[in-house]
Amino acid sequence: MRTTISADKVRSEFVREVEEISGEDLLACNQCGKCSAGCPVASVMDLLPSQVIRMAQLGMEEVLESRTIWICASCLTCVTRCPKGVDLPRLMEALREIALRSGVTEIDLSQLPEDLVDELPQLAIVGGFRKYIK
Amino acid sequence: MKISYYPGCTLSTKAKGYDRSGRAVAAALGMELVELPDWQCCGATFPLATDNSMALIAPTRVLHQAEEAGDQVAALCAICYHVLKRTQTALDRDPEMLERINWFMEQEYRGEVKVVHFLELLRDGLGWEALAERVTQPLKGLRAAPYYGCLLLRPYDEIHLDDPEDPVILHDLIRALGAEPVDFPFNIECCGSYLTVKDPSISADLSRQIVASAREHGAEVIVTACPLCQFNLDYPQRESLEGIPIVYFTQLMAVALGLPETDWGVEDLYVDPRPVFREMVAETVR
Repeated sequence: MRTTISADKVRSEFVREVEEISGEDLLACNQCGKCSAGCPVASVMDLLPSQVIRMAQLGMEEVLESRTIWICASCLTCVTRCPKGVDLPRLMEALREIALRSGVTEIDLSQLPEDLVDELPQLAIVGGFRKYIK
Repeated sequence: MKISYYPGCTLSTKAKGYDRSGRAVAAALGMELVELPDWQCCGATFPLATDNSMALIAPTRVLHQAEEAGDQVAALCAICYHVLKRTQTALDRDPEMLERINWFMEQEYRGEVKVVHFLELLRDGLGWEALAERVTQPLKGLRAAPYYGCLLLRPYDEIHLDDPEDPVILHDLIRALGAEPVDFPFNIECCGSYLTVKDPSISADLSRQIVASAREHGAEVIVTACPLCQFNLDYPQRESLEGIPIVYFTQLMAVALGLPETDWGVEDLYVDPRPVFREMVAETVR
């Protein structure tokens, strides 16, 4: 993938919004990769968690199209291990929020398997809807 | 001793057995769990976006009710515990937000109530030795794998329940009940959480990995404190003939404290733990 990096993008409105919603300083991350190494769902992600924060640092809005931001289950393993104290789950949530607020919907309620809906614990439904629909 | 208790949505519906066994073991230990009046769901997620104050309203209302009822409130559901405790910390660190929510809700939550998990009452109030003395049916020889999951332990700087990488609280409980805690490398790995709604195959794969690891290390049952972990680990085993029961710690306690089967509250689990539990009871009788 070819991409252009520029000072404008790094200081863009997008970066500012991500930092504001997440409350995190993106440049605190020095790309050590510990988050990706310990992420239990990294194997099914299209971008590794450390790549997501790298793209956010560089103002690459295409990060919003990544499956990774929806696959992150907010298990908080990475934040427990980050040597720089970056709360990556907050960054993931900020990216999800930006996508959801722009009208994206991650689950189609009519497509949920009926047998599963009957069995799901209530907190999975309440929590899942909060994570994936606006 | 009376303790305010917040059951939460799932313990009143899908995980009634967790609620029933929890109240029964508390009563057997001289604690009465008094349900908060007029409670509602905590929202089941702690909002990670700093500008999402809406999601703080429901848990703050619960905290306010708890504060009116007493000086501490206990939860069994690991997610309720996580959401309430983090909400309390967030409002403690952001007095402006607290003021805004109180204004909106027309209430006066002060942030003084202590949020505890029932496991903390056992460890810090009763103590493991005192618990061991109350055991009438020691679970001798039972190999039980403690599975902690995520939200009971993390983030450590807000939850402070146990070491987030090397927890022992469930290990200690299992030992106090006379059983043998089984260590396995997946005991703090994520079960997939809410992915079970969006991508059930991902959470099912994660869960199979966790269950397989516990089995390889010799577990006969897996012990949890979280209704979402319980479901995610148990549901993919529903058609298996060789599934490992995924039980709540309160259910294991109910057996060890000699409570009747009606107090075990295990009817709704997919893999039935009764064969294993009954064997424990039968061995004590012998």
